[in-house]
Amino acid sequence: MFSFVVKRLAVAVPTLLLLIVISFLLMHAAPGGPFTQERALPPQVLANLEAKYGLDQPLWRQLVTYVWGIVAHFDFGPSFIYKDRTVNEIIAQGFPVTLTYGSVSFVVAVIVGVTLGVAAAIRHNSWLDYLAVGISIGAQVLPNFVMAPLLLLTFTWWLGWLPGGGWEDGQWQYMVMPVIALSTSYMASIARLTRASMLEVLTSNHIRTARAKGLPERHVILRHALKPALLPVLSYLGPAFVAMITGSVVVDFFFSTGGIGRAFVDSALNRDYAVMLGITILVGALTVLFNLVVDILYGWIDPKIRY
Amino acid sequence: MAMLDIRNLSVRFDTPDGTVTAVNGVSLSLDRGETLGIVGESGSGKSQLAFAVMGLLAKNGRATGSVAFDGREILNAPPAVINPIRAQKIAMVFQDPMTSLNPYMRVSDQMAEVLVHHKGMSKAQALAECVRMLDAVKIPDAAGRVRLFPHEFSGGMRQRVMIAMSLLCRPELLIADEPTTALDVTVQAQIMTLLGDLRRDLGMATILITHDLGVVAGFCERVIVLYGGQIMEQSPTDPLFATPAHPYTRGLLGAIPRVDQEGEELSAIPGSPPNMTRPPKGCPFAPRCAHAGEDCLDHLDPLTEFAPGRFRACNRSLEELA
Repeated sequence: MFSFVVKRLAVAVPTLLLLIVISFLLMHAAPGGPFTQERALPPQVLANLEAKYGLDQPLWRQLVTYVWGIVAHFDFGPSFIYKDRTVNEIIAQGFPVTLTYGSVSFVVAVIVGVTLGVAAAIRHNSWLDYLAVGISIGAQVLPNFVMAPLLLLTFTWWLGWLPGGGWEDGQWQYMVMPVIALSTSYMASIARLTRASMLEVLTSNHIRTARAKGLPERHVILRHALKPALLPVLSYLGPAFVAMITGSVVVDFFFSTGGIGRAFVDSALNRDYAVMLGITILVGALTVLFNLVVDILYGWIDPKIRY
Repeated sequence: MAMLDIRNLSVRFDTPDGTVTAVNGVSLSLDRGETLGIVGESGSGKSQLAFAVMGLLAKNGRATGSVAFDGREILNAPPAVINPIRAQKIAMVFQDPMTSLNPYMRVSDQMAEVLVHHKGMSKAQALAECVRMLDAVKIPDAAGRVRLFPHEFSGGMRQRVMIAMSLLCRPELLIADEPTTALDVTVQAQIMTLLGDLRRDLGMATILITHDLGVVAGFCERVIVLYGGQIMEQSPTDPLFATPAHPYTRGLLGAIPRVDQEGEELSAIPGSPPNMTRPPKGCPFAPRCAHAGEDCLDHLDPLTEFAPGRFRACNRSLEELA
């Protein structure tokens, strides 16, 4: 087990390096740069700016300098757009926000999704099943950029129950709408996955054995069927969790939560090379980490898997 | 009064291709301590008969008729009625030990929960009893292995675990559904010997479902031959083998390979079992039967006693078959 984790972490290093190099080259391959504006800057000014940020250096040297900064000092460099702000500062400011509402959304999506999926499966082809499937399809097809303004209209404009935006250190009133907007589609996917896999597990031989033992149905579902039914869901949850805690531009935009989802999209539009790369690496590292967590959980749930 | 009394039991499945009739009006009864073999080829309805008794039919299955256990109706019974009977009165051992145990639970946990639930034992008491039962089914080092997972046992050992688990509450009836089909021949013999010993020690009635007439011969007092969901012949075991009274039974016995008849071609019953989406109006075996006439396609005489304890359902008289 320990050697498995070490091995996986060791493989993560070249993976992340490859991610950095490819993102770096793709970004520089696109025409334009951080200082391209509608009205061209005087050549002298542009040259000075490029010299300041090292953009006058050959590409390979820029790459080496960048990677060395990360490896040696954990320094992701300065922002190219916001003067006096480093990428580390931007991430340190935005990431706790997205981590908070992302984690809450994740917990909500898992609890509601699994409950809905299990309920639909054990009442297969009943009104409850149709309702659960209907809800999850509805939730899946309703994009969050439609849902977010609808939430705002309902709870802020008409009912006046919730503040229309802001974060205020994550007080619950400010969290409700972002969490609903972010968790809904994940909840729907989890519900559908859980339902399909639970339906399959319920026809398996060992469930028939559990019933033959005269155990109450609730016991059969919770003790015997839930664990295997959640195995396929688990592999979806790793990437889903990373996507949720690294935020959503829609949530940040509509609810002014100030997370890194907004910062990421802004950086792409502004060609803020350093911020964009910094967040890309963060997402990449978290993806590697949580895929590893999922694999470890697999070994814990399924005794046949040994590392 | 018979312990188990099955009257006119039918099992049908709703499938996209129509309604499949798996069991078609079967009646049988079983006394305490008796051993009954139910023999038939794949698709004859023998397993579904057992599932219907236990209330374990798949969701699209419907059972009609009557099943009484100790005079109490248990067919399609609600959980409050059937759950206390399962494991405590009627236990079942399934065909495939590879998949019938829960692969995600330790053997100790899946065995102990039976006793904790039905007998109100503590976890520790239950565990001790499980080890005793694993000893009884001759699993070496039971105390050391009770905490293993099913995949850490071989197929034969898993079936022993399954048998031990089914006997924890000392049931009055054990239904063994092809308990040795998935196992190799030497292990088969060990498991059948074990089942025979346990049956005698615990004095329980047993229904052995199998397609293997050889297994039945050494184990059962009485045999029912099932074909197309209907009883073709019912008889004490020895006379059935000595003088089979139904063309299908004769075909089955003729199809057993014998070591003392070297070089002879193995006889087989021509044709294949009927399509049970359209159950035949007459005798289900008629299309494959050498003695069948027009009347056999049209109707089948009811099961009648032609000798003490021996029943057959066939339009041809014994003389006509001779």
